[in-house]
Amino acid sequence: MSQEPVAMPAVFVRDLTVAYDEKPVLWDVDLDIPSGTLTAIVGPNGAGKSTLIKSILGLVHAAAGTVRIFGEPHGRDHKVVGYVPQRGSVDWDFPTDALDVVTMGLYGELGWIRRPGRKERNRALECLDQVGMADFARRQISQLSGGQQQRVFLARALAQDARLYFMDEPFAGVDATTEVAIVDILKSLRSQGKTVVVVHHDLETVPTYFDRVALLNVRLMASGPVSDVFTPEHLQKTYGGKIAFLKS
Amino acid sequence: MSLVRDLFTDYTLRNVALGSVVLGIVSGVLGCFAVLRRQGLMGDALAHAALPGVCLAYMITGSKSSLTLIIGAGIAGWIGMLAILAIGRRTKIDQGSALGIVLTVFFGLGVVLLTVIQKGNDPNQAGLDKFLFGQAAALTAEHVTTMSTIGGIGLLFVALLFKEFKVLSFDPEFAGTIGLPVASLGKLLTGLLVLAIVIGLNTVGVILMSAMLIAPASAARQWTHSLGRMVLYSAVIGSASGLTGAIWSVLVPGIPTGPAIVICLGIAVAVSLILGSAQGLAWQSRRRKARRLEDPA
Amino acid sequence: MSTSTQVALVAITAGVSCALVGVFLVLRRMAMMADAISHSVLPGLVAGYVLAKGPNVLVGFLGATAAGLATVVLVELLTKSRRVKEDAAIGLVFPVLFSIGVLVVSKYYANVHIDTDAVLYGEIAFAPFDTLTVAGMDLGPQSLWVLGVLALLNAAFLFLFYKELKLSTFDAGLATTLGFLPTLIHYLLMGMVAVTTVGAFSAVGAILAVALIIVPPVTASLMTDRLPALIAFSILIGGSCGLGGYLLSVYWDVSPAGMIATTLGGVFTAVLFAAPTKGLAAQALRRRRQRSQFSTEMLVVHLAAHEHTPDQDRECTLLHLEQELGWTQEKAIWTVKRAVQSGMINFRDGAMTLTPKGSELARVSVAR
Repeated sequence: MSQEPVAMPAVFVRDLTVAYDEKPVLWDVDLDIPSGTLTAIVGPNGAGKSTLIKSILGLVHAAAGTVRIFGEPHGRDHKVVGYVPQRGSVDWDFPTDALDVVTMGLYGELGWIRRPGRKERNRALECLDQVGMADFARRQISQLSGGQQQRVFLARALAQDARLYFMDEPFAGVDATTEVAIVDILKSLRSQGKTVVVVHHDLETVPTYFDRVALLNVRLMASGPVSDVFTPEHLQKTYGGKIAFLKS
Repeated sequence: MSLVRDLFTDYTLRNVALGSVVLGIVSGVLGCFAVLRRQGLMGDALAHAALPGVCLAYMITGSKSSLTLIIGAGIAGWIGMLAILAIGRRTKIDQGSALGIVLTVFFGLGVVLLTVIQKGNDPNQAGLDKFLFGQAAALTAEHVTTMSTIGGIGLLFVALLFKEFKVLSFDPEFAGTIGLPVASLGKLLTGLLVLAIVIGLNTVGVILMSAMLIAPASAARQWTHSLGRMVLYSAVIGSASGLTGAIWSVLVPGIPTGPAIVICLGIAVAVSLILGSAQGLAWQSRRRKARRLEDPA
Repeated sequence: MSTSTQVALVAITAGVSCALVGVFLVLRRMAMMADAISHSVLPGLVAGYVLAKGPNVLVGFLGATAAGLATVVLVELLTKSRRVKEDAAIGLVFPVLFSIGVLVVSKYYANVHIDTDAVLYGEIAFAPFDTLTVAGMDLGPQSLWVLGVLALLNAAFLFLFYKELKLSTFDAGLATTLGFLPTLIHYLLMGMVAVTTVGAFSAVGAILAVALIIVPPVTASLMTDRLPALIAFSILIGGSCGLGGYLLSVYWDVSPAGMIATTLGGVFTAVLFAAPTKGLAAQALRRRRQRSQFSTEMLVVHLAAHEHTPDQDRECTLLHLEQELGWTQEKAIWTVKRAVQSGMINFRDGAMTLTPKGSELARVSVAR
């Protein structure tokens, strides 16, 4: 290695191309995400934002490209990455309570066959407490509000104790209190040196919540620090005149 | 009561009792995962698809041993499953239609094979059509042993891989990110479903097997919000209904076993829907009031 | 008319009438509901028998139709209670209803006209002997008349309510706004399915009536996207498989109902492979063509991005393609060869450069 190494990016993506039915959803994407940052991925509907996350995580097959997580190809160490999927991706009528869902975040650590014990339950309870949901530990998940469900998902990710987090629209459909709580947690994760990448739908809050932003519409339009990249010109190029407001 | 004593001493009744309890436990447990993964109707399709397998197994080997027929049923069920998955993956045909096609076509083929067998005037073949509605009275100790062994394997998998199956059923995407081989595990779990089906075929029959998978789980769900308890209650409800229905069909001649068991299951589901402590309709207003009290605005 | 001709006609008519009602059922993704409705025919017939205190075709029909509609309603009630999901509801309701029917028959009517085997397989071979006599005149097989009337009724239903059916299938919200009463259409359709199943079951039995309802429309959907063609193909497939299946069953001396279902399966499989656009063979060919097109595009775009840059010598080599794009050596070589052949790039001394044609393709691909 060289003398003064450039800090290895948490996420390194080159020439990533993903297609469904041979129609490109992501085309030739190059993206670096430095560690210890809070990055937002924004773009219009169908821009491929969720697909980007899923292909980095290896959930979706890529037609071409390279992805490295902390320098390693993904799949090497699953404990490094935490994932908060979209709330709608799950059936909330499933027979399980909040504590149980959070405990699932520890399954990777437990490995095959081993059952979660008291130590795991206590860890899960701590994570629930961090998101302000300790009182709801035994509540069946269908009896939780949207914001509470989102917080349970977040607690599960915290339980994973990962270095890098991917979150898909964590702020969608949550109440104001929950939104504040989530932002606090994201910022505290960053201060612990963790990296967080968030698919975000609300352009207004990008400058206040995030350090960096990636503008995506099948191709990566721009990425970098918010102050440099989050400009009317770039937004126009990404959304193609579909946005109603332009930040000055 | 003399019935209870007969359950232990009478050969037929003992096997009927044991067989239906084994069946009830296995379909109760595996049925929970089928229902939660919306694969209940796949169980129906695979049960119907098993018919040609049973016929071919007999035609090829000439044997009606339960193991032979179960293997035949299993292979046919497995092929049916592959067909359903292939249709879903490679075309835009929705799963319901794919299930319907496999169900009816395979069953039709089975009916054709049944008539071929029946033409053979082989006295040995009588009883293959009992696979349609099941006949508990025909259960032998050999049947029970086979059922228990195969069922035991299925239950062992569930016991060992319980948390893996749980996260797979609840959030397969998340499961993929923590390193679980989601596709293979999913096939395993569906394959265990085939296992449960082939065990039930000679007791409940092809046509009503779906209820054996769906009803205990649906009833159990009304009593608990925990998956572990749901599986347990489902096993209990499945075996109780199986036992009651099977004994009923043996003691009262003329009633095939399958319908008898299903009626018991139906009663269990109806009672659970109304009185179930977790979700039952009877307690709905009481639950709503309680929730309004304890939750902040 | 000879016996076998009569039976053949019954088979064809069954195929046609079932296919007609199956089209919109399949389009609405309610195929398994047809399975449920057809099983409830038995308790419905039994109820009719009990009410009429004996065999009565009309009461039996009404009972079966009512039972079919009751199935639909029960499934919906269970689903709406949110304690049971829709697929589980279907898998609960029809076995319970069916079992009640079997129980009543076995217990009280064991020696009587209703025969559970017949419900399952039908008795098409006996159709010519069950004739309709009106005013002392023998008009031929009863089931032929029933199915014929049903075929006409279903066709009339489709014709009269064509736009309502079409709209409520593809855009229920809009249908409600325009006052098309999608709920009414829904129950009318379900009623037609129930009635048709009853009519068909004497020919092919309950389970195989479902085959005739589901398989022709699904097969037709692999052949066309246009609704009128879909209906036409469904009728064609239903009728011809009815006939073909019956003839084969005579030739091999096997169950007619089973053979019809098997024939449907064979036709479906054949179409699945061979259909022009949606068939598996066509899909494989198209995928291969698109894959090579796609790879070529990726190659020229990649070259265009890196040419005239300091990295050019490094980026525009074969090895680099394998590294950066994650292609296998085989794929890289093959794509480059194809690109050279179609005049998109020049490949000399291990380095690739774009031709004007290739640059144009790159520009167009990026602009898309």
